[in-house]
Amino acid sequence: MYVYSEYDQKIIEERVAQYRGQTERFLAGDLSEDEFLVLRLQNGLYVQRHAPMLRIAIPHGMFTAVQMRKMAELSRTYDKGYAHFTTRQNLQLNWPKLEQVPDILEELASVQMHAIQTSGNCIRNTTSDQYAGVAKDETVDPRPYCEIIRQWSTFHPEFALLGRKFKIAVSGSKQDRAAVQVHDVGLYLTHNSEGQLGFKVYVGGGLGRTPVVAPLVNEFVAEHDILSYLEAVLRVYNRNGRRDNKYKARIKILVRAMTPEVFAEKVNQEWAELKDGPMKLPQQEIDRVKACFQPPAYEQLDAQDSEFLEKLESDGSFKVWVNQNVADHKVNGYSIVNISLKDTSRAPGDVSAEDMEIIADLADKYSFSELRSTHTQNLVLADVKQNQLYELWQTLKTHQFATPNIGLLTDMICCPGGDFCALANAKSIPIAEQIQRRFDDLDTLHNIGELELNISGCMNACGHHHVGNIGVLGVDKKGSEFYQISIGGSSKEDAAIGKILGPSFDEDDVADVVEKIINVYVEQRTDGERFIDTCRRIGIDPFKERVYAKNN
Amino acid sequence: MRKIIKDQKVIEDQWVELSDEQCAETLPKGKLIVPVSAWQAHKEQLIAHAEPIGILLAPDEQPADIAEDLEHFALVAISFPKFADGRGYSSARELRTRFSYDKEIRAVGDVLRDQIYLMARCGFNAFAVREDRCINDALNAFNDFSVNYQADAVEQKPLYQYR
Ligand code: SF4
Repeated sequence: MYVYSEYDQKIIEERVAQYRGQTERFLAGDLSEDEFLVLRLQNGLYVQRHAPMLRIAIPHGMFTAVQMRKMAELSRTYDKGYAHFTTRQNLQLNWPKLEQVPDILEELASVQMHAIQTSGNCIRNTTSDQYAGVAKDETVDPRPYCEIIRQWSTFHPEFALLGRKFKIAVSGSKQDRAAVQVHDVGLYLTHNSEGQLGFKVYVGGGLGRTPVVAPLVNEFVAEHDILSYLEAVLRVYNRNGRRDNKYKARIKILVRAMTPEVFAEKVNQEWAELKDGPMKLPQQEIDRVKACFQPPAYEQLDAQDSEFLEKLESDGSFKVWVNQNVADHKVNGYSIVNISLKDTSRAPGDVSAEDMEIIADLADKYSFSELRSTHTQNLVLADVKQNQLYELWQTLKTHQFATPNIGLLTDMICCPGGDFCALANAKSIPIAEQIQRRFDDLDTLHNIGELELNISGCMNACGHHHVGNIGVLGVDKKGSEFYQISIGGSSKEDAAIGKILGPSFDEDDVADVVEKIINVYVEQRTDGERFIDTCRRIGIDPFKERVYAKNN
Repeated sequence: MRKIIKDQKVIEDQWVELSDEQCAETLPKGKLIVPVSAWQAHKEQLIAHAEPIGILLAPDEQPADIAEDLEHFALVAISFPKFADGRGYSSARELRTRFSYDKEIRAVGDVLRDQIYLMARCGFNAFAVREDRCINDALNAFNDFSVNYQADAVEQKPLYQYR
């Protein structure tokens, strides 16, 4: 986990002072609403339906038990005692008071946290794989590079007021768990034919009104050149991106208008001037940051713990949980444990202050005091000894954190929607609840298998509905809430935008429709075929026919 | 006379901004800032002007468009019709680092205290702070931060080159 240097600490402290001054000037009437809006957004503060919302950054999804406890404390002192994990691995407080935000930021700075650039038209928090550094399928640990990018993008003088928000994701494993190809810039760590380390660079992906899977614009950018390359990409975007229409201002529109080839050419022209200048990353710096992500003090353990194997045999529900919520670790005798935040007792991604403290304790006890947040709004204990899994599972169970549904239908991504968000067309949390209730039978759920269902309350697509295997989008029809359903999307290495089935459905019918879709899949699937693969093989029509068939 | 910030001091502004139409008539005395279109239309007349000439770049005008003529300008003003439009930051940076322009670069238009720190890092050294705002307060902006991660138009090396 990255530990702040004196410089990093100084920068966030100076930021708190700067923001405090801005808030004071706003409250004194020296800054207009519009002027303050841009400033507060750069600091993660939205004004929502009921109250302001503060988005706190969790860089690359990693944080410590100490930081989690601090967030619990803040949610109690300044909010209603709970918080919400987002799809970009950040944490949101839904009810802070605008005047108190500087105090919250000061508290955050005391544990090396901040809310810098978590919203607004700037470079946002760089996200990554929640299994980074521990995944069995990992080629290179992406975290040091995420941190290097975080520093480069923090208060970058030239790119603070872009045409639109700008999101970067990095992955270093075979399986993409970071939805890399639907980011403004998506980076896959890779080696070239000479064995040199670098990045495959995708530019111009994104969701929202115009969902696009990013095209590849550079096959290989060496690790030492990544910052100069990113700088070139951003400069081309800042200079040439549209400013006249906010719906056409993302880089994806520019890349499409220019064509990826011409865009890449323009970037190369810029890059040629920057590449061999002072931006070239020294090996020393890469090593310095890498040193912060050294593996913890693992014990020498057997690959398979005998006691653990015994429990697997004797306790069926433990086995189900292990199969679903525990992932392979690259170190013998260790496992990656997912804490499911998707059971019927809570809105997806929500945690109470008590829960946060319980989870912090578990991190201390079982996982070197570290935690990760995931793109699918769950939490992860990344370094748990196999011989402690059973004990951990029992504790998780008593706190409703052990629903064995990671990667399954009820492990939904869901935005806050109409209950909280001022932009929403429709509610999303009650829809998640409705679906969760319908599919609460574990056998059915496991029989359906791997399936990503994503829900957004409006076109802004914070719930990533376009890339859900099943996507649900809230739409507004003459003041009533309706839901459009799409299928066939994916956010993985085979990224794709889902296809809309047809006319939207009434709020009460969503779970029925999902059930019909599932029935078609179960009838049509071949042995071991995943939902997404069946969709791709048989196309959208059989699903359409079923869901729009007249009842008789 | 209007006050501006130059090189971190409040001074009285010496320059006059002209419109396209004004450039087509007999030029007034004094230091003149003219739009790119006027420069292109009346180059000879402007070069013949006895006092310094400055050029005004709109957000969608590129430094490359005037790069050939930079030697004629004692000042480049970059306009910000809206403070939230960040294109001018890249213009200033390019002028300093690519075209090695070392004279005054001035931010004009919707120029506010909270943007000045980063503008200065992009190479602006003069700020025509919006007239309804306190210019002395804006001076405080230069002290917002004492450390930066990146290289910029003023500081050649990023922080990691010093670690
Ligand atoms: S998708 Fe729409 S409703 Fe949901 S959080 Fe985003 S803006 Fe709000």
